[in-house]
Amino acid sequence: MTAIAFGTWRKPSVIPGFGLTFGFLMVYLSLIVLIPIALLILRTTQLSWAEYWAIASNGRVVAALRLSFGAALIAAGINTLFGIIVAWVLVRYEFPGRRLVDAIVDLPFALPTAVAGIALTAIFAKNGWVGQYIEPLGIKVAYTSIGVVIALTFIGLPFVVRTLQPVIMEIERETEEAAATLGASRHQAIFRVVLPTLVPALLTGFVLALARGIGEYGSVVFIAGNLPYRTEIAPLLIVIRLTEFDYNGATAIATIMLAISFVMFLAINLIQVWARRRFGYV
Amino acid sequence: MSEQTLAASATMPPETWRAPTAEVSVVRLVLIGVAVLFIGVFLGFPLLVVFFEAFLNGVAKYFETFADSDTQHAILLTLLVAAIAVPANLIFGVAAAWAIAKYDFRGKALLITLIDLPFSVSPVIAGLIYVIMFGAQGYLGDWLKAHHIQIIFAIPGIVLATIFVTFPFVARELIPLMEEQGTQDEEAAISLGASGWQTFRRVTLPNVKWGLMYGVLLCNARAMGEFGAVAVVSGHIRGLTNTMPLHIEILYNDYQWVAAFAVASLLALLALVTLIVKTLLEWRFSDELANGPR
Repeated sequence: MTAIAFGTWRKPSVIPGFGLTFGFLMVYLSLIVLIPIALLILRTTQLSWAEYWAIASNGRVVAALRLSFGAALIAAGINTLFGIIVAWVLVRYEFPGRRLVDAIVDLPFALPTAVAGIALTAIFAKNGWVGQYIEPLGIKVAYTSIGVVIALTFIGLPFVVRTLQPVIMEIERETEEAAATLGASRHQAIFRVVLPTLVPALLTGFVLALARGIGEYGSVVFIAGNLPYRTEIAPLLIVIRLTEFDYNGATAIATIMLAISFVMFLAINLIQVWARRRFGYV
Repeated sequence: MSEQTLAASATMPPETWRAPTAEVSVVRLVLIGVAVLFIGVFLGFPLLVVFFEAFLNGVAKYFETFADSDTQHAILLTLLVAAIAVPANLIFGVAAAWAIAKYDFRGKALLITLIDLPFSVSPVIAGLIYVIMFGAQGYLGDWLKAHHIQIIFAIPGIVLATIFVTFPFVARELIPLMEEQGTQDEEAAISLGASGWQTFRRVTLPNVKWGLMYGVLLCNARAMGEFGAVAVVSGHIRGLTNTMPLHIEILYNDYQWVAAFAVASLLALLALVTLIVKTLLEWRFSDELANGPR
C-alpha cells in the first residue's frame, strides 16, 4: 500500500499530481515568501541586543510606531462602530441603492492606495473640497495625525463590514422572536441577544482593520505631511532608513512591525477558537 | 431566506403594526441614512474627486497627460508587471489549491496560514525583504554585482514585490471552493481512464472557472495598483522603473496636479471595472464562488 510509503502524513488518493503540485507549491512559497522573510529576521541577529534596543527605543522610531498603532486603533474603532451599522443595514433592510452601497464597500480593496491618498489630500488640504470650510474653524486634517486616521478609516472599512455580513446573515430569526415573545423590547433583543453573538466577528473585523492600518503606507503618506516625531508613520520610517542605506535601522523597525502583525494574527485565531466554543461559529 | 421575505413583507403593509423582529421605521431610516452617508462620504466622495480633479482644466489638458512619454512608459510598465505577476500567481494558486483541496494530509491549516502571510505583512516590508536579499548590501548583493545582474532598482525587483503582495489572491479563492466541491468528480474521471491533466482540464477547471476569474480579477487590481512595496524596490527612475502609482506620486510632488489625477483616474477606472465585474460575478455565479467573508 502507498499508505505505508507515505506513513500517516497523507491519506492515499487515486487522483494524480500531488507530488508535482505540492512540490511546486512548496518551492514557490519558500522562494517568494518564507526564505526572504526568514532572511530579514536573520539579518537582525547580526545586531547585538544593545544595538537593537538603541534602534527600537530611538525617540523618532517610538513616535512613529505610536502614531501608526494609535491612529490604526482609532480608525479601527470608527470602522467597527460604523461597520456594524453598514453591515446590519445591508443585510437586514431593503432600500433603493442597497446593491450599489454593497458594491462600493469593497472600493478600498480595489482602489490603489496612492489614488486614495491624493484624493483624500485633495479633499482635506487647506484649499481642498472640505478643508477650505473646516480650516477656518480651526480644524486641521491634512498634514496632521487626524489625516492619518482618516486615511486608515478609508482603508479599513471593508474588513469590518465583510467580516460581519455573513455572520449577521446567519443569525437565526427564531432567537429574536423568542426574545420578543418572552417580553423583550426590540432594544433589549438587539443589545442583549443579537449584539453579543456578533462580538467575535466584531473583534475579528476590528483586529483585521487594525493590522492593515498599522502596516498601511500608500494612502497615508500623501495626507500625513510626514513630519518626524509628529506625523511620520512607521512604514515611512522604514523607507527613509532604506534611502539612507541604513539597512540595520530599516530591518530592526520591520521586525518590530512583524512582531506586532504576529500578535494580531494570534489574537484573531484566539478570538475564533473562543467564538467556536462559545457561539459555535467562526 | 423565507423568514427574511416574510419579515420584509410584514413590515411593508401600512398601519402601525410591525414584526416583533423588525426595528421601528424611524430607527431603520436613521440607520440607513447613517450607513449611506458614511459610505458616501468616506468611499464615494474620494472616488468622485479623482475624476473631477483630473478634468479640472478641461478634456484637452486631461489627454495631454497621456502624450507624455514618461506617463506612457509608466502605463506600459504597469501592464508588463501585471502580465508577469498575475499569471505567475494564477499558476501557483491552481497548483496550491489542487495540492491542498484534493488530498488529505497533515499540516494543511499551517500551510494555508503561510499562503495568507503576505496579506498580514506591511507592503513596505514586502519591498524591504527583497532589498535585504538582492540589494547592494544584501545577502546576494556582491554576487549579483559580479555577474552584472540588477534586481533592485530594476524591473525584476518590481515584479518580485508585486508577486509577493498579490501572492494569496487566487489561492485563497480556489482552496475553499475546491474543498467544497470534494474529490468525487475527479475520482470518477480517473476511474473512467482520464489522465491527470485531462481530469484537470475537463472536470476541475470548468467547476472552478468563475472562482478562478474572481481571484484573477482581484489579483490584477492589486498588481496594477500596488504602491508601497514597489516604491521600496523601484528607485523611482523616470521612464525606467516607474509604475503608474509611483508616477502619480512623482507628478503630485512636482505640483503637476491635473496630470497626477489624470493618471490616478485611469487606476480609479480600473478599480471601478474591477468592482463591477466582481459584483456581476457575485450576483450571477454566487453558488460557483467560495462562500464566506471576502
